[in-house]
Amino acid sequence: MTAQTLYDKLWQSHVVHEEADGTVLLYIDRHLIHEVTSPQAFEGLKLAGRQPWRVGSIVATADHNTPTDNWDKGIQDPISRQQVETLDANIREVGARAYFPFKDQGQGVIHVMGPEQGATLPGMTVVCGDSHTSTHGALGCLAHGIGTSEVEHVLATQTLVAKKSKSMLISVEGQLGAGVSAKDVALAIIGKIGTAGGTGYAIEFAGSAIRGLTVEGRMTLCNMAIEAGARAGMVAVDQATIDYVQGRPLAPTGAMWDQAVAYWKTLHSDEGAQFDAVVELKAEDILPQVTWGTSPEMVVTVADRVPDPAQEADPVKKSGIERALSYMGLTANTPVNEIPVDVVFIGSCTNSRIEDLRAAASVIRGRQKAANVKRVLVVPGSGLVKAQAEAEGLDRLFVEAGFEWREPGCSMCLAMNADRLEPGERCASTSNRNFEGRQGQGGRTHLVSPAMAAAAALAGHFVDVRSF
Amino acid sequence: MKAFTTLNGLVCPLDRANVDTDAIIPKQFLKSIKRSGFGPNLFDEWRYLDHGEPGMDNSTRPVNPDFVLNFPRYQGAQVLLARENFGCGSSREHAPWALEDQGLRVVIAPSFADIFFSNCYKNGLLPIVQPAEVVDQLFKECVASEGYRLTVDLAAQTVTTPSGQSFAFDITPHRKHCMLNGLDEIGLTLAHADKIRAFEDARKQSLPWFYV
Ligand code: SF4
Repeated sequence: MTAQTLYDKLWQSHVVHEEADGTVLLYIDRHLIHEVTSPQAFEGLKLAGRQPWRVGSIVATADHNTPTDNWDKGIQDPISRQQVETLDANIREVGARAYFPFKDQGQGVIHVMGPEQGATLPGMTVVCGDSHTSTHGALGCLAHGIGTSEVEHVLATQTLVAKKSKSMLISVEGQLGAGVSAKDVALAIIGKIGTAGGTGYAIEFAGSAIRGLTVEGRMTLCNMAIEAGARAGMVAVDQATIDYVQGRPLAPTGAMWDQAVAYWKTLHSDEGAQFDAVVELKAEDILPQVTWGTSPEMVVTVADRVPDPAQEADPVKKSGIERALSYMGLTANTPVNEIPVDVVFIGSCTNSRIEDLRAAASVIRGRQKAANVKRVLVVPGSGLVKAQAEAEGLDRLFVEAGFEWREPGCSMCLAMNADRLEPGERCASTSNRNFEGRQGQGGRTHLVSPAMAAAAALAGHFVDVRSF
Repeated sequence: MKAFTTLNGLVCPLDRANVDTDAIIPKQFLKSIKRSGFGPNLFDEWRYLDHGEPGMDNSTRPVNPDFVLNFPRYQGAQVLLARENFGCGSSREHAPWALEDQGLRVVIAPSFADIFFSNCYKNGLLPIVQPAEVVDQLFKECVASEGYRLTVDLAAQTVTTPSGQSFAFDITPHRKHCMLNGLDEIGLTLAHADKIRAFEDARKQSLPWFYV
């Protein structure tokens, strides 16, 4: 048998039917659902008089619209409330393997909740009407975002009409320096290959630096595969994966556990497997990253300066830089560590797991939020992360430093709830997108790691966390 | 889904790379639980001078005269010319819904983001990939001549300029078939229901822990 990639194995084990042109029906194991991209799918299903194929595949939560404070007051925004209530009603009617509604302790950002509950397991195909579904690939599954028509298609047929992507291996060898995290690796990769660099590919992240990451760190990395243009990112199963999954509420137990583990151990690329593209980075070369523009590929290290459009020969790129600098209110050649911040956001499906919060808290060391920083939001990824952080006393460290400790949700990652930037405000954010208006109209987003975000909150400007 | 066969449509040039789904339809409009009505909020932050919220009367809002979609010469455009990596960002299908609701049926760009690309087909919106040089040529011709129209023939898989120059484009046979006939993909898939059930039964036997 020819050597297979992890992606080959995951793909082939789910092909139900293949057309002559290579279009396949791909079987879906886990269907994650949130309130924003599902109402039209449930409505379509109902209008067509169709039943969901396998209710046991559905795991749902409300995250995008839910407020992160004053939970006793409920959801104030009537349109947001209607969307969340529509999800409640749809799940009530249709059913689900598990549902974590607003205020439930299991509620959280869907990509934090899924792995945490054991809803996503190695070897699964995992889909969700959300592009950051790539996150779950960290567990050795094939996970990617789908549109609402596809949500309806999966509900009705348990399959997806799909075509296989090309495969890309991104290998990071060596050891990451102190203060350099999975987020920096993700941003460095996007800086290298660009936001369209992974378009048409499924990416496998490999190499000693990736194996050295915790499973949570791998989630951060796979989460941002989509920002590199790839629908799916994945990491091979190893002992760390298996240890992570064991004991999760929805994970198998007993004899089934042993059977599952035996299977999971096959989920890696074979020796000599061929990839359509290979990208190599050295862990030692990766420094803390800060985005300066309005696309995640507009990224430099904290030791660099904001780029100068005059140095760019390509006219489309040059005007892109000019437009981004003007939107971001930045002058060419400004040193990154002189850029002041107004707001800091620590949260999102990229960086709101317990180790992210620990990393942010560890930077504080008794210091206070800088006077020029208006607010610092710390938003845990789920109710369980929140409880864990509180058990460890992290919430007190944050509050004593002048940070706000919030309820879980997507929050200022996309500002669909009340947490948003005012026009012109500049934010150091641990989220994944720095698009124009992403965190609020006119808001300016700089993507960084949790430790870098916390350091910026304390210093009042970007600062190299390694020397802070 | 609306069928797509041929189209001779006015072209609007949107000269920006990496146009993301937040720009195509800002998130405040994602709170709707409907599928239609997104057209007036397409490119909302570029198109209007004020901040848009759901429920506003868009006809009374101040429009941005410098935004290309607002130029009188591009009113009624059905073809959007764009630059690389169009539709990057989220999986929100509200983006193709908004483009389609605005009356656009074709987007031509050197590259598209994957999820956006497949979402388009589900909504009768045809995304066409052309080499960057061709897209560049179309941009130049479009800007140079008012009333510039392109003819798109899906059966023949061609885009033809007013001067008669033709460019071929790729599409999978499956997608072409669905679009040409305006087919409901779920219905097509359910024709394989027995196969899906057999696959599932076998999987439950061999890998039962997926079903706990
Ligand atoms: S945290 Fe942000 S990126 Fe993640 S699912 Fe929520 S809105 Fe999307």
